[in-house]
Amino acid sequence: AASLQVTKSPLSTDEPATSLDDITSYNNFYEFGTDKSDPKANSGTLKTKPWTVKVDGLVDKPGDYQLEDFIKPYALEERVYRMRCVEGWSMVIPWDGFPLAEVLKQVAPQSAAKYVAFETLVRPAEMSGQRGFLQALDWPYREGLRLDEAMHPLTILATGIYGEPIPNQNGAPLRLVVPWKYGFKGIKSIVRISLVDKQPQTSWNMQNAREYGFYSNVNPAVDHPRWSQATERRIGEGGIFAKRRPTLPFNGYGDQVASLYSGMDLRTYY
Amino acid sequence: MRLTATQAKFSVWLLYVVAFLPAIWMAWLTVNDALGADPVRELEHRLGLWALRFLILALCVTPIRQLFRINLLRYRRALGLSAFWYALIHLLVWLFLDRQLEMQAIVADIIKRPYITIGMAAFALLIPLALTSNRFSIRKLGGAAWARLHKLAYVATALAALHFVMVVKSWPPEPLIYSAIVATLLLFRAVQAARLRRRAEPAPLPRPAR
Repeated sequence: AASLQVTKSPLSTDEPATSLDDITSYNNFYEFGTDKSDPKANSGTLKTKPWTVKVDGLVDKPGDYQLEDFIKPYALEERVYRMRCVEGWSMVIPWDGFPLAEVLKQVAPQSAAKYVAFETLVRPAEMSGQRGFLQALDWPYREGLRLDEAMHPLTILATGIYGEPIPNQNGAPLRLVVPWKYGFKGIKSIVRISLVDKQPQTSWNMQNAREYGFYSNVNPAVDHPRWSQATERRIGEGGIFAKRRPTLPFNGYGDQVASLYSGMDLRTYY
Repeated sequence: MRLTATQAKFSVWLLYVVAFLPAIWMAWLTVNDALGADPVRELEHRLGLWALRFLILALCVTPIRQLFRINLLRYRRALGLSAFWYALIHLLVWLFLDRQLEMQAIVADIIKRPYITIGMAAFALLIPLALTSNRFSIRKLGGAAWARLHKLAYVATALAALHFVMVVKSWPPEPLIYSAIVATLLLFRAVQAARLRRRAEPAPLPRPAR
């Protein structure tokens, strides 16, 4: 039986969920290597207890929170979300988590706060991808959201998958899930949440600004400069003869989130 | 160790068989659904990688002869043709399984996406090489013209390595390592060619007799 106490959410999709095996064995988590099998193979070394989340910046209640204290106030919900990777594949993942908005209300952002910035753990001794030469990204991994995106009810912090604590390769013990954006926006193994007044730097945008924008909303009409985003392959669906699916604007969450971007040219703000 | 003519011939055929084993292994993995979460991508990646590996091996034959005095020339055709077969299956998997024969998307990809344009160019260059990888063509073209044509292998291999670098995000080590190997092999030839030219140049022309 599942070990986490979880309630179902009306925000879940009823599409069939990808198998736990596929969800946990096919990951991008460059802190553990660049191959998709690396995170599962190498993340066993990561110690997630104890774990501290620093909340700082433009908030009334900053602090270094022990993970247990940080998540205790919130009831876990099951959110079955589509996940679309910028590389052109997708999954359906039953996350267990709580709205980021509730956390933000708790820590009380000041009126000058316009963005939320996140950082992943840097611990080369336990994260093999952070050692040696030829490191794929500039650590710590950084991500960010506009405050209204962060407050949106679809945006969650997840601590579990399929009713069990989240495996290391999927971003234990705490990760972000923003289902209408490309997967890399869902920063893993979070150690810092900062409220800031300016658009924060984000890792993939720093690595290649032309290819990865700050917003990175799923958008079939705006190609990645090197590949099309018009279609996707759903993992675990039909083996080698799986049919490609059309990619939907905002990953199919347009009804809920398109209004966040009204008046914005999504080609400019990709 | 010298091989008898029969042993030499047999060893070449053995190489064709060995070179085919990765394909059989991949077919087995495919049938048994053991290619992981994204089997099409995995199949594409592995086939492309074997094509590049065989191209690299074919380019190693000459340096090995010049540096270590080991002559593996009789195996080069098998290596080159194996590269071609893997590249062909790689392309077919992309056309049929990945892009699922959506011709419009395929044509757009080939024109618009530099990594696909480059991959297609590499494959196109391999076609004349594969077609002329036989004794009849060498005789028909003449040794010098045939050798000149087969210098296209350098271009094709360089493009194949570039294709590999461009298909990934960031700079993971694998494509960079393969590219470094290809660059080394091409540099070796450039240095050799420069040395030959230098040796050829200063030879003074004999004065015409009056």
